[in-house]
Amino acid sequence: MQGTVDSTPVVTGHELATHEEHQDLRLLGLITFLCSEFLMFAGFFAVFLVFWGSKAEWPPKETEVELLLPAVNTFILVSSSLVINLGTKAIKNNDLAGLRKWFGITAAMGAVFLVGQVYEYMNLGYGLKTNLFSNCFYLMTGFHGAHVFIGLMLILGVLWRSRRANHYNDITHTGPEMAEIYWHFVDIVWIVLFTLIYLLTLI
Amino acid sequence: MKQIPAPLLTLVIGIVVTLVSLWVGQNNNMLPVQASEQAPLVDDLFNVMVTIGTALFIVVQGAIVYSMIRFRQRKGDETDGLPIEGNLPLEVFWTAIPAVIVVGLGLYSVVVFQEMGGFSPGGHHNHGTMVAMAPQKSVIDVAPLLSQASEDDLFSKTQVYGFGAGSQTLGNVPDLTVNVVGMQYAWIFTYPDTNIVDGELHVPVGQDVQLMIEAKDVIHSFWVPQFRLKQDALPGETAELRFVATREGTYPVVCAELCGAYHGGMRTQVIVHSTEDYADWMASRVASATPTSTVAQPMENATDAEYLAALAPELVQAPVQIAQMSAMNMDHASLR
Amino acid sequence: MAQADISVAPVVAQGGHNHPDKWKWYDYFTFNVDHKVIGIQYLVTSFLFYLVGGFMAVLMRTELATPDSDFLTPELYNAFLTNHGTIMIFLWIVPAAIGGFGNYLIPLMIGARDMAFPKLNAIAFWLNPPAGALLVVSFFVGGGAQAGWTSYPPLSEITANLPQTLWCLALVLVGTSSILGSVNFLVTIWKMRVPSMAWDEMPLFCWAMVATAILALFATPVLAAALILLVFDINFGTSFFKPDAGGNVVVYQHLFWFYSHPAVYLMILPIFGIMSEVIPVHARKPIFGYKAIAYSSMTICLVGLFVWVHHMFTSGTAPWMRIFFTISTLIVAVPTGVKIFSWVATLWGGKIRYTTAMLFAVGLLSMFVFGGLSGVTLGAAPFDIHVHDTYYVVGHFHYVLFGGSVFGIYAGIYHWFPKMTGRMLNEPLGKVHFVLTFIGTILTFTPMHSLGIQGMPRRVAMYDPQFTDLNQLVTVGSYILAVSVIPFYINVIWSWMAGKEAGPNPWNAMTMEWTTASPPIIENWEVLPVLTHGPYDYGFEPKEAATGEEALVPK
Ligand code: HEA
Ligand code: HEA
Ligand code: CUA
Ligand SMILES: [Cu+2]
Repeated sequence: MQGTVDSTPVVTGHELATHEEHQDLRLLGLITFLCSEFLMFAGFFAVFLVFWGSKAEWPPKETEVELLLPAVNTFILVSSSLVINLGTKAIKNNDLAGLRKWFGITAAMGAVFLVGQVYEYMNLGYGLKTNLFSNCFYLMTGFHGAHVFIGLMLILGVLWRSRRANHYNDITHTGPEMAEIYWHFVDIVWIVLFTLIYLLTLI
Repeated sequence: MKQIPAPLLTLVIGIVVTLVSLWVGQNNNMLPVQASEQAPLVDDLFNVMVTIGTALFIVVQGAIVYSMIRFRQRKGDETDGLPIEGNLPLEVFWTAIPAVIVVGLGLYSVVVFQEMGGFSPGGHHNHGTMVAMAPQKSVIDVAPLLSQASEDDLFSKTQVYGFGAGSQTLGNVPDLTVNVVGMQYAWIFTYPDTNIVDGELHVPVGQDVQLMIEAKDVIHSFWVPQFRLKQDALPGETAELRFVATREGTYPVVCAELCGAYHGGMRTQVIVHSTEDYADWMASRVASATPTSTVAQPMENATDAEYLAALAPELVQAPVQIAQMSAMNMDHASLR
Repeated sequence: MAQADISVAPVVAQGGHNHPDKWKWYDYFTFNVDHKVIGIQYLVTSFLFYLVGGFMAVLMRTELATPDSDFLTPELYNAFLTNHGTIMIFLWIVPAAIGGFGNYLIPLMIGARDMAFPKLNAIAFWLNPPAGALLVVSFFVGGGAQAGWTSYPPLSEITANLPQTLWCLALVLVGTSSILGSVNFLVTIWKMRVPSMAWDEMPLFCWAMVATAILALFATPVLAAALILLVFDINFGTSFFKPDAGGNVVVYQHLFWFYSHPAVYLMILPIFGIMSEVIPVHARKPIFGYKAIAYSSMTICLVGLFVWVHHMFTSGTAPWMRIFFTISTLIVAVPTGVKIFSWVATLWGGKIRYTTAMLFAVGLLSMFVFGGLSGVTLGAAPFDIHVHDTYYVVGHFHYVLFGGSVFGIYAGIYHWFPKMTGRMLNEPLGKVHFVLTFIGTILTFTPMHSLGIQGMPRRVAMYDPQFTDLNQLVTVGSYILAVSVIPFYINVIWSWMAGKEAGPNPWNAMTMEWTTASPPIIENWEVLPVLTHGPYDYGFEPKEAATGEEALVPK
């Protein structure tokens, strides 16, 4: 039989003489997290689809959705995703002013979306408790709205930090990139949501 | 071991393990008596699984015990074992064999499920059950619970769950239909043809019985261990359970789904009568049936006792039971 | 805290990192971002909750010693039952196996100084104590949640509303913790391995954690969705699961089990990882079939996402679902079998050390096979119809959870305690612990199978007198289990303070965590190690190292 493994350590060489740089893995982390987050919405979507598939009338007459305002809102949110991308493009070219301009516009568009959502809530004539459809409607759009709000805060946070000299530049711009990814996520969720609640129920 | 050649040894072990497993599979004696047509089907499946399981268990366990003894560290031996990192044929073997076993078991399950009637709840395969499922006008107006939702109902349903006609009864109209309602903490059985309402289930032996199961408040589960049949009673959904009782006797009806504090006390009996006894029972019940004026009364504000009285008058005749029930603090109205 | 036997030179101050040379005891009670501190925080809290959950089990068993409901009120019984299941799963196995071992070991095993997101990691841990507190509080504001750990509506919506809401919140907290933790594990393993470590040179525990993390990421948010809907139903007047308003109770069950079936694999995959580490070391043999074990973890992860309806065979389940999910469920037996057989083959021809760690690992092997086989019988829908919601199921899952997960955690503790504290556990005491646990487990959980088959439903505080004898046997078994924890806790506390010094590598193991001091220095190594051999290269002639590189680093 062969001898025991001797206890000389596995360590034989020096990986790096100096203390290693920490990798910046935040983007990867955020994307992983958002994949997971998406599944929470998927849970809501599944519930909605089950009801859609099993109810004779969905949505019921007294709680029909209106389409114009949400369509405008959708347009705003989707285009804001393009705008925010201009912002991160700008900072990658070391154009801080560009970053601030485009992020500012995105924030404004996000805010308009939220205001539009609240306006819609106030003019629908039915509330959370009215019936099963309104339950789903308010819960899903409400949760999405909360995510838009968080995204808005992230964008404002980036704007706030961008006042510091050289905080963001063509090399360090993970913050704006994360805000952008998050914003795209909010956008994607909305597109599915809009399809389900507003378009599918038209059929 | 040096004297016996390895293949021979393997063969002997294999035969012994097979015999032991077969014996255990047939003689595990764990199942209660069989009282329905489905029961032997389920038991055979179980016994096959016990046989396979025993064989696998003995083989794995044997290998573990053997290794622990044979390959234990000897005193003073500080060396390592042989540097074996794998063996492809062996690994393929022990992936393929279980794969074959589970596919076999899967197919067998499908066959049993088919014969039990698992594919035909709601009478998709025959017209007869559809008729039987039509809303029944019963003494007590539990129709909204028991019937399929009517046409103009906003939330109509189509799916019926559970077990329908089995291989023996396929195409038949059931001989007897009983509507079953589960509520905290009692079962109510309604015989739509004769307007009998009872707290126990009476069925004739050898006849094709169809239960239409629903729940009033929370989820319950209708289980007769001797029938090997169980089906959840779901509020707002219909479930069917069809069986032919094959053995006269009295068997427990157990609620198997947690339904509140007294879930454990929610039990009653199914009495499988001979055909004559069943006719007698039926006759006596029809004779004593009281014309029910309680029906029209709205039940929302009824007390527990009134509520129960309306649903199952004969339960009121059993003072002990009714006392026990109100002690259980039934809040049947809480869901409205 | 134990004095470390630091056999390497003291830590040189490292630029840009201002932390002390060594953590003080009170650092373990703070928002500390060191993965080793967090790992120990997870382990210690979960071992405390184990006592709480076990205490409830013992009370339940005492109630069940007689057929009548005479020791606890039925409400209290249901509250204990619910919280026993919840605590054992969400505050004992999950945090111990995933949070505890995962955080402690992963960076050490892959040669990293910490997790990818240390702060996030600390946040993830600190979500757990409030969750536990919520459950405890729920007992004082309305008697605790009483609808079972599955909390099916409508029952969960009409009983004990406030405690039930707190229960939901507690689960959302631990769920969030588990998602954040999984993000960390995935990114860390993916990106922070020492450059010389290829995927197939990772210790198998890391593979297991990859599978676990993926599963947690996909499944947990769905549970969150279900709980949010439940909370809205209970408190804000919605009716998703209220049948009288058109809601659908079965939808909840789908959402719940879409998470909770994978959750059972969350509780066993890390344990499988522990097995793959413990067995080769104490059998002194390379792991048999490295790749097969690694890939079978991934297979279980994948298939495990598509079997959830086997918990709902008697519910409102369409016929095709019962059949589809029967077959998918049975398929899981194949990759699990691959692991079991590989471990047995690892034992075969080894030089098995009868250490307590090894005893628990081998004990797990036999227990889990039994529990897994009873799981397969449950997977067959026609039979499950009979035994669903009976003690047969309770027997099954305690065999896999106690005989599997708990045994695995014990094996892991006996194996890595020297690394974590720098001190050895007492072996004779450990063997007493093992024997008591082994006997207690068999006695407690075997009779449950026949009880269930014969007709005893689960979750009942009162039962038919015909079941008294077997129930009393089970109760005796549970008392033995309760006693069995005493030698263990004594052993841990005593050894932590005054045990024999361990040195960096008491087991002569080959994975990377054993190359640093015990306990490891903060930031783990002064200079990051380089891989010179695989994690399980036992029995290879060390001399060959110089000449034949391939033999040492199997690629
Ligand atoms: C650690 C946790 C864990 C693990 C690993 C498992 C593993 C398995 N479980 Fe279990 N299970 C639970 C925890 C777990 N379970 C819990 C907590 C519940 C109850 C929840 C509740 O209702 O409260 C439950 C309930 C449960 C049910 C629902 C029962 C019911 O309520 O009616 C079913 C049904 O299919 C099931 C099946 C299985 C199967 C097929 C496996 C398989 O993964 C097992 C695979 C292993 C083996 C098969 C053994 C080794 C393999 C071999 C030796 C190879 C050869 C084998 C064959 C060819 C068969 N489990
Ligand atoms: C990993 C998970 C896990 C573990 C380890 C255990 C461990 C045990 N479980 Fe449990 N159990 C579950 C998970 C687990 N259980 C789940 C999920 C359910 C389902 C719940 C539901 O239906 O909703 C369940 C349900 C369940 C039931 C069914 C109840 C019913 O359906 O009516 C029973 C009955 O015997 C039981 C018993 C036990 C026993 C005796 C132990 C023993 O192993 C425990 C041994 C005891 C100890 C190790 C601690 C002893 C310590 C002391 C006595 C001192 C206390 C001191 C202080 C508090 C300071 N469990
Ligand atoms: Cu009804 Cu349990
Ligand atoms: Cu499962």
